[in-house]
Amino acid sequence: MMEAVLGSTAIARAESPGLWVLAWRRFCRDRLGLVAFVVVVFFFGLMVASGLGLIAADWSKEVGVSDAPPAFIGPQTPPARPAAAPAAAADSSREGKSEPAVIDPLANELSDIRHQKGAGATDTAIVDPLADVLAEIRRESGAASAAETRAPTLVFGGDKWGRDVLKKAIKGTETSMFVGLAAATLAAFIGTVFGALAGYYGRWIDDFFNWFYSIFTSIPYLLLILAIAGVLNQKGTTTVILILGLTGWTGIFRLVRAEYLKHKVREYIQAADAIGASHMRRMFVHILPNVSHVVLVQLSLHVVLFIKSEVVLSFLGFGVGVDTVSWGSMLNEAQNELILGKWWQLAAATIAMATLVTAFSLFTDALRDALDPRLK
Amino acid sequence: MLAYIVRRLWQIVPTLLGVVLLVFLLFNWVGGDPAYLLAGKISNPEQIENIRRQLGVDQPMYVQLWIFIKQIATGDFGVSWATNEKVSEIFATRLGPSLTVLLPLLVIDTLLAIAAAMLVAYVRGSLTDRLVMIGCTVGQSISILVYIIVFQYVLAYQLGWFPVQGWGNNLAENLFKFSLLPIIVGVIVSLAPDTRLYRSFFLDEINQDYVRTARAKGMSETRVMWVHVLRNASIPIITNVMIQLPGLLAGAFLIERFFSIPGVGREVILAVERSDFPVIKAVTIYVAIATLLINLLADLLYKAVDPRVQLK
Repeated sequence: MMEAVLGSTAIARAESPGLWVLAWRRFCRDRLGLVAFVVVVFFFGLMVASGLGLIAADWSKEVGVSDAPPAFIGPQTPPARPAAAPAAAADSSREGKSEPAVIDPLANELSDIRHQKGAGATDTAIVDPLADVLAEIRRESGAASAAETRAPTLVFGGDKWGRDVLKKAIKGTETSMFVGLAAATLAAFIGTVFGALAGYYGRWIDDFFNWFYSIFTSIPYLLLILAIAGVLNQKGTTTVILILGLTGWTGIFRLVRAEYLKHKVREYIQAADAIGASHMRRMFVHILPNVSHVVLVQLSLHVVLFIKSEVVLSFLGFGVGVDTVSWGSMLNEAQNELILGKWWQLAAATIAMATLVTAFSLFTDALRDALDPRLK
Repeated sequence: MLAYIVRRLWQIVPTLLGVVLLVFLLFNWVGGDPAYLLAGKISNPEQIENIRRQLGVDQPMYVQLWIFIKQIATGDFGVSWATNEKVSEIFATRLGPSLTVLLPLLVIDTLLAIAAAMLVAYVRGSLTDRLVMIGCTVGQSISILVYIIVFQYVLAYQLGWFPVQGWGNNLAENLFKFSLLPIIVGVIVSLAPDTRLYRSFFLDEINQDYVRTARAKGMSETRVMWVHVLRNASIPIITNVMIQLPGLLAGAFLIERFFSIPGVGREVILAVERSDFPVIKAVTIYVAIATLLINLLADLLYKAVDPRVQLK
């Protein structure tokens, strides 16, 4: 008898699935979205593994010959190299095979001096000041050229300096995706906080943030980014993240503000007020979870936008530093290589970027459909 | 109507002051003393001292701000730090080439996107629709850089159909010789996102009751689509086109740079490369002013297109 009652209450109390569980179920039904999600997770794994140095840590090592073609094409025959190419010619000295002998620049003069002084002069009197250094350099370069015989082909080809393009693309994935995620997180954070304050408090606070918003939106996006890049005048991943994040919050702000305007007059907020919840608690504990799906979709959209922007900035040379590789800097190198018929770096950067961005866009669409079923 | 315009113009003032303040803080405060920047670029110390005096670097911030506001009001931003050309002169001469490329680009892109969007919206849910949409998503995810590099290499460099880059002296030559490839690339790049966007506008209208009523009355499909749906969908489309207008003044940065078109966008990139602050400042401020005025114009145009809109 007792047990039966307990059992029935237990059944009555069985929780109905929450928003996220329902969204996940809807998401799983979208096959295209799932595939896109898997691809995004794969790229995310690449980013983490590359960031931890598990893969592509030795991307800057010059393992192949200059402009090594992909393995599926086969090694290049010497005449295939256009002789007229000045860029290639200038760099041919860097090619590993013809390791030029390290010549002592003072050797001739020293022997002259020794001759003049005659045999009587002791050798110790005139010591070659560079001898020790040169010996060391010779030893090192000898060891290096002995250890690495440069590969004639690489998996997906090599760049001008014989670095593996595939590894560069992985490293570029790390940079570009990290910048996109970090900048989008920063923008979403700023946009959410501003939007929450403006929408919740209203009145002069709302006016102030709207004023701020109108300032940022009255300058075209790319112009604003370039102007800030011009002023900061320093390269680096952090700089790019800050530029993109600090300028890109406007769209998120507008949407979050509208959501807060809608939510702050609902009954559950009146109830929260009645139990004595503070403004901050009402804003960020009660309302925020209810608008978080908007933020999440926007975050995802902005990742794509910022990845594209980072590529353009890095291409123009205002983005990541010279010691970092990004898809943008790869495209910059590829531009000159293409004229010489070396298309693989262009292809590698393009394929990597297009795959990630397509997958991310499809994933965002699926996410939106799953989180907001009314839209469909 | 007039009262509305006056009130809107009045509302522009605080925003404009904000933009001025933002640009001022960015360049005079974050940017710091130009002497540090120019030390390696201008060898003549007298010239640097001159620039510092013009900006009022050694004076308090409010004096510097006042100098900046006077510069905006008179349109005299002095000379470029890099080329000694007058900034107003730079803007005046670079605007023409930018518009030569961007105006036809905007018109062609808008017409094609409307046509494509109307077509796929009409056959929504079909295989064509889905293929076009997936094509748009993939096309959109390839960087604009790749389009420019590949098109320039294949169509201009290898096939020789277009000049690789360059700019002439008369409008006809510029428009029909040098602008063609830039316009083609620009249309291809913006067609995908615009088609997706306009398709959603058309879909919003196609499911409305008035469309069903029109069909029920026995109107032809052509009339339903071209007269009823298109006219209603054109309202958000106009907004989207108006949003792009200020961008015309800022120029097409990447296209101008790749094709060596002496436009505003290329000038801005050059200015950023050379830390040529007067040029960046002037372009930013004037484009912002233009944006604010065009926004007002867009609202007035709204009223003309859609009588339901109440101007408040």
